Amino acid sequence: MGRIRRSHSDLKRIVVLVIGMALLFGLDSARPASAQTQDPAAYGGAPNFSRVDLDHKHVNLSAYRGKVVLLNFWATWCAPCLSEVPRFAEWQQKYGPRGLQVVGVSMDDEEPPVRAFYQKHGLNYPVVMGDETLGELYGGVLGLPVTFLIDRNGKIRFKHEGVTDLEIIKSEIQKLLRRP
Amino acid sequence: MHIRSSIFQTACVLAVPCVLCASTYAQQTNPAPQAASIDASIPAPQLLQPAELVQILGSSTGAKPLILQVGSHVLYAEAHVPGSEYVGAGGQESGLQALRDRVKALKHDQFIVLYCGCCPWAKCPNIRPAYQQLVSLGFFHVKVLYLAENFGTNWVSKGYPVAKGR
Repeated sequence: MGRIRRSHSDLKRIVVLVIGMALLFGLDSARPASAQTQDPAAYGGAPNFSRVDLDHKHVNLSAYRGKVVLLNFWATWCAPCLSEVPRFAEWQQKYGPRGLQVVGVSMDDEEPPVRAFYQKHGLNYPVVMGDETLGELYGGVLGLPVTFLIDRNGKIRFKHEGVTDLEIIKSEIQKLLRRP
Repeated sequence: MHIRSSIFQTACVLAVPCVLCASTYAQQTNPAPQAASIDASIPAPQLLQPAELVQILGSSTGAKPLILQVGSHVLYAEAHVPGSEYVGAGGQESGLQALRDRVKALKHDQFIVLYCGCCPWAKCPNIRPAYQQLVSLGFFHVKVLYLAENFGTNWVSKGYPVAKGR
């Protein structure tokens, strides 16, 4: 009887081990490769920049100190970017009162298509035109979209490149908003 | 002994579906580059892997291709393949016109390499129209640089040669 009970206990242990291994090896590689959340410790302070946005207002990144900033490099020709922009506008509306500020940097070569998109979609956050200088300031923006999350102290905490699970970004924003 | 054998068999029976489910899910959400590169509009033999282009660039023999970037000028200015030329965004008519103008005087057997790398391969709006344009013009020695994620991830981060500027 004792031997059978011990065998059942062994069976449980083996089953747990096997399922654990299956999940570890299988699901770990199932994470979207392009949804990259890198080690926040790898980033420092967000480089400051000053530009005029599409509404002809001055945007100075350091002026947002005290807020959580979602800095999004995008372009009108970038399909994955266009699926993100409406969500960012939604978050600006929802989390803006709690201290979120979305800032868009368009890497389009020319302004007219950006302005047309901005007006058509009634974006509720500032969008500035980017260039290679701004891209290099942020470590090289050599593929879109790229999104940085900057905490209230001006430190870059997360970076996402390519097609990203927006729920991950959302939870990171919520986490940063809870911090002083 | 019989009980231990049963335990082993049960564990195996449970493990197989677990591993299969997990790996199937993994393949669906994170396809291997080779699977992702299967593209009806650009035949697989026309794709060039980054390491292959590096080899071509470094080789002292063989014909050097004309390398054309058909994506974003801003991203080109940040970093591009040395010796490559910016033509225009293949996803826009102005870019395709610039491409037609650039190759107008060339023979149809000219070795041409196109690349973009603005976005993940499957979402790139530029590379397919540019490739189709050259094919429709009669160019038959056209290769397309396969950049699965983007130029930064699949070229610059690999340490391959880079030039800057417009």
